Amino acid sequence: MSVATTPAAGAHPETGHITMDTWVCPLPLRDYPAIVMGHGGGGQLSAELVQHLFRPAFAPNATDALGDAAVLSLPGTRIACTTDTFVVQPLEFPGGTIGSLAVHGTVNDLAMVGARPIAITAGFVLEEGLPMAQLARIVRDMARAAHDAGVRIVCGDTKVVERGHGDGVYINTTGIGALAENLHIGPERARPGDVVLLSGHIGDHGMAIMSRREGLEFGSPIASDSAALHTLVADLLAAVPDVHVLRDPTRGGVAASLNEIAGDAGVGIAIDEQVVPVRATVRAACEVLGLDPLFVANEGKLLAIVPPECAERALEAMRAHALGTQAAIIGHVVADHPGMLVARTGLGARRVITMPIGEQLPRIC
Amino acid sequence: MKYLTEFRDGEVAQRMAAEIRQLTTRPWAIMEVCGGQTHSILRNGIDQLLPSEIELIHGPGCPVCVTPLEVIDQALAIAAQAGVIFCSFGDMLRVPGSEKDLFRVKSEGGDVRVVYSPLDAVALARQHPDREVVFFGIGFETTAPANAMAVHVARREGLRNFSMLVSHVLVPPAIDAIMRSPANRVQAFLAAGHVCSVMGFWQYPPLVKQHQVPIVITGFEPLDVLDGILRTVRQLERGEAAVENAYARVVTFDGNRTAQALLEDVFAVGDRAWRGIGLIPQSGWHLSAAYRDYDAAHRFSVTGIRTQESPLCRSGDVLQGTIKPTACSAFGAQCTPRTPLGATMVSTEGACAAYFNYGRTVQLERLTITR
Repeated sequence: MSVATTPAAGAHPETGHITMDTWVCPLPLRDYPAIVMGHGGGGQLSAELVQHLFRPAFAPNATDALGDAAVLSLPGTRIACTTDTFVVQPLEFPGGTIGSLAVHGTVNDLAMVGARPIAITAGFVLEEGLPMAQLARIVRDMARAAHDAGVRIVCGDTKVVERGHGDGVYINTTGIGALAENLHIGPERARPGDVVLLSGHIGDHGMAIMSRREGLEFGSPIASDSAALHTLVADLLAAVPDVHVLRDPTRGGVAASLNEIAGDAGVGIAIDEQVVPVRATVRAACEVLGLDPLFVANEGKLLAIVPPECAERALEAMRAHALGTQAAIIGHVVADHPGMLVARTGLGARRVITMPIGEQLPRIC
Repeated sequence: MKYLTEFRDGEVAQRMAAEIRQLTTRPWAIMEVCGGQTHSILRNGIDQLLPSEIELIHGPGCPVCVTPLEVIDQALAIAAQAGVIFCSFGDMLRVPGSEKDLFRVKSEGGDVRVVYSPLDAVALARQHPDREVVFFGIGFETTAPANAMAVHVARREGLRNFSMLVSHVLVPPAIDAIMRSPANRVQAFLAAGHVCSVMGFWQYPPLVKQHQVPIVITGFEPLDVLDGILRTVRQLERGEAAVENAYARVVTFDGNRTAQALLEDVFAVGDRAWRGIGLIPQSGWHLSAAYRDYDAAHRFSVTGIRTQESPLCRSGDVLQGTIKPTACSAFGAQCTPRTPLGATMVSTEGACAAYFNYGRTVQLERLTITR
């Protein structure tokens, strides 16, 4: 079995760089095909899990000893910090896993204040009995997402809970990013006249999860849009340095995000429902279940609010990026109806879109 | 989407609305029976296109709203029992019982699951022979065939661990009860298209004849609803009262005879209490004698239920169209979608929840924003 100081399976023989396509899961870990309580006990089994699974995946070239804390060198003095916990079911879904979702979610939280993501921590809560092969797939997917996003997973922790006390895997992440001196992006900066942009189709993630969770099948499978948005943000900021607000519309969807911004800034937001991009399959799935795409979660989309004179430039910059090809201007910030989101319907009427109360519930008929 | 986008065309909608405005010479109160129509009206802002003379009254066709408190409490008691898997459609989970809702029961350890079809509950019964699987079978004639099929399949397969808590209600007796009410203001009905897709509309001519009230079978997309209103107003303005089918792409006079035969086999018509309204004779279905073993109310003898409606809630008056939600003293104060006192504030199809949002829209109108 390999030890941490030798290149991991899949690492390039000369450079030692891991290439995710060739990386092979270093299974089997001892004789355990599944997580046992001992993997969280702090003894040999814990050490092996770190040595043979997490470390080769997340830090294949690291030669330093495993200390109690990672030591990072960060540029500048403005540091962005965020934390998030991932409990998604199912653990693996079309378009990603809980592992890649954890990376993307954390990177995106950093990106939404304009920060360049630098490092992520990973705390795992594993349920006794979790198949080792499944954990390896999740870890591999997480490593791939971090690798692709150019962000390092620098430290972590593993705990094991008894069978029945967890849903396989929970992941907590903390992300640290570096922020330029003059950058101030925040919901309070939305002001009347500003333009609201959306980077692409909404509802993909929520409907991918729901269709998998409930065993619903629609014409063509819906894949999650889970993606790291920091390069899209970088391109946007290069074109429009004075972006006022960025928000990734995750839980609660576009409706929740825009309601929050309207509330925080004390402004109204008016959108045109007709121009909000929604894939035909997602729209159809929402119709079947009685859901409104505006309330469905996204994991690879952003809302940007920019001064009106920058709107076209912002749209061009977003559309030029692979994650923003379907970007659209969907509305405006207004002085009227402060704190409220109002949509113009397909009939030219208007409706107030309220903050969702809890989870959206499929309607009975 | 085929058969959907065509019925959401904004320009055609404007033309139809203009025609309605042209036809209308005096005030008319029209009830859309089905909560799905209420939802469509508010979601699309159809009411904003209509002349001020036309008042749409939201009817009792929201299954979540009219399921009696006693049945909800029964459901909560069954769902809390050890060994039970309690299955329900999603929006029933937040409906308040006397003390709590199904979400609360779930958080307290009850195995409450949202399913999309009653047959999913039957499948659960198959997978868990050691558990009692109970499905909350509520709704109108629309959801009834699938519920009937679930019980039918369970009996055919001899699944002894499946049962259904049934609280089915029927539209025609409700229309009759509304027309008989001394406080009634309704002058015409948009009948629920999906109910009629199952039942047809052979039940309506006698009602029209007896009460001299126009009934137009109406669909759910914006143009469907506008077409229903247009035909209704035309009849009202001419002083006519007839059954019209404005949803012919789905509804036939006979309806789905196969489904009706199944319903007749599995269910029997009986008196039924409607939450907020009270008992309406012969207005509901319960499981027929042949299926008594599959009746959860029979299998789980839940006793000691003492229902306690909020003394402030006036959802009954709202459901009958005698008061507007805003006339209730609790509206928007003690009672909001977040803290509902009655079921009409829960579902997006509920009149009070709809008005809660609509009221905010009305405030908007005063702001004179250009459309």
